[in-house]
Amino acid sequence: MTATASRSGTERAPLPLDVEAVRADFPILGRTVRDGKRLVYLDSGATSQKPRQVLDAERWFYENVNAAPHRGAHALAEEATEAYEAARATIASFIGGQPDEVVFTRNTTEAINLVAYSFSNAATAKEPEFRRYAVGQGDEVVVTEMEHHANLVPWQQLCERTGATLRWLGLTDDGRLDLSDLDTVINERTKFVTVTQQSNILGTMPPLAPIIARAHEVGALVMVDGAQSVPHQPVDVAALGADFLVFSGHKMLGPTGVGVLWGRAEVLDAMPPFLTGGSMIEVVRMEGSTFAPPPQRFEAGVPMTAQVIGLAAAADYLTALGMDKVQAHEEALTEYALAQLQAIPGVRVIGPVDTVARGGAISFTVEGIHPHDVGQVLDDQGVAVRVGHHCAWPVVRRYGVPATTRATFYVHTGYDDVDALVEGVRHAQRFFGVDTPQEVPQ
Amino acid sequence: MKLQDMYQEIILDHYRNPHGRGLREPFDAEVHHVNPTCGDEVTLRVKVDGDTLTDVSYEGMGCSISQASVSAMYDLVIGKSVQDALATGDDFMKLMQAKGDQSVADELEDTLEDAVAFAGVSKYPARIKCALMSWMALKDASARAWGGPAA
Repeated sequence: MTATASRSGTERAPLPLDVEAVRADFPILGRTVRDGKRLVYLDSGATSQKPRQVLDAERWFYENVNAAPHRGAHALAEEATEAYEAARATIASFIGGQPDEVVFTRNTTEAINLVAYSFSNAATAKEPEFRRYAVGQGDEVVVTEMEHHANLVPWQQLCERTGATLRWLGLTDDGRLDLSDLDTVINERTKFVTVTQQSNILGTMPPLAPIIARAHEVGALVMVDGAQSVPHQPVDVAALGADFLVFSGHKMLGPTGVGVLWGRAEVLDAMPPFLTGGSMIEVVRMEGSTFAPPPQRFEAGVPMTAQVIGLAAAADYLTALGMDKVQAHEEALTEYALAQLQAIPGVRVIGPVDTVARGGAISFTVEGIHPHDVGQVLDDQGVAVRVGHHCAWPVVRRYGVPATTRATFYVHTGYDDVDALVEGVRHAQRFFGVDTPQEVPQ
Repeated sequence: MKLQDMYQEIILDHYRNPHGRGLREPFDAEVHHVNPTCGDEVTLRVKVDGDTLTDVSYEGMGCSISQASVSAMYDLVIGKSVQDALATGDDFMKLMQAKGDQSVADELEDTLEDAVAFAGVSKYPARIKCALMSWMALKDASARAWGGPAA
């Protein structure tokens, strides 16, 4: 990450990806918005656009194979099952895991809730083997202050249901995770630790190794929220060393409606189900039921088959580009954007201001203009960004701002997109008459 | 569609120089409303004498649209009966649902005064909540002040 960090940022390093070739794969980038403006899509952090290869894969499935997998013995059912399980193997290989460790969920949010509800279900499970990870009074669950609401609220709720205590690691003034009290926050009472690999609002990539090591030292399980990392950098679960990794398909060029819970096989095996119903059972009698082994135990009902097929196509697309190149591409853009934005008087970046241990989410404020209004002027220029608290309300509160404007990059982003963003911010300053920020009343 | 349609000069004036801003005593009810999608907030107090709104005081943070809207609302409702103020709020809601239809704005110009300038906002669905937040807060506070807690 530091190889390019010393460059001034005003120069443009050659981009690792061929932006024009990539853009040609994304039909939506051919449309215009707001009276004929080129679409400058800088909101991949919210959801990514989809290349034709992903759309084709879904269409292929519906036009040729469509059937409910793991049910029926007809030809289509067999082919659908085969396609579904092949997609599982593709996703497993994308993150360096085993297929039976990959559970398909609706999205990251559902994957996190699956684990949280499984832990509280463990307390009342009739099967002794499912009680191993029960959480209750006297136990502690550790999160961080930079988590997305999806990796905070389910744990608050788990603690409220079970009487466990929620603790968290705080933030430093420069947008990093504060590890100074790591050994007291994670202690012998800690049952579970969850942390993002890349903050969706700050871009920060917290140091996971010491957190995972400390958690395992005290016998706690660790989850890594990869919603913003798996789409943007190589992630290998074996190297990571965590017990769970969760991520969404729609943020990594895949369809909406599919996400992934990866869990270490022996951990998943000891967890009771979250959602129950068809296809997750072993034997059902009126008096009670037993459950299938993972991953089926956690996939009740007919799955989002076409979306899973589409997600595998997205993983193949990213693999063909090369995840190391994807990461280097975004790092070059991030370095340039950070330098260009900070050169504008009145712009404050909320989060790390260099590319060290940092992803491509750039949140900022413009003095004298509310983030919504910045976003509105950018939208008028065809530049799509996210505004608000980005489902990380504690973070904006921590940095004393009501909201931020956030730009996020991806494989189709080029320097022209960053230039459009920077020009749009300057335009907003002119529009609201704050292009001489020293005159703005404090 | 032009950005100026939404950011009318009259709206920017209210944003830069808000009318009636600040929390005042005495008051009969205070409410706090947030727009959870974006974090805009307003704390609003009402003072009612008989059925007349004698004061509406507020503090808030948010975008130009939300802040200008509460300022324009202040001008419209002070001295009105609670019923008339809420009827004006219903008219404002109509304006926000007009999707930029100029005939709706023309029809409501007399009752909404400065607030008719928000007609352009109705073309931007994501911003309508910003403009409506203060009116929702007023409705809530009036109900609490006038008839006990809001039903």
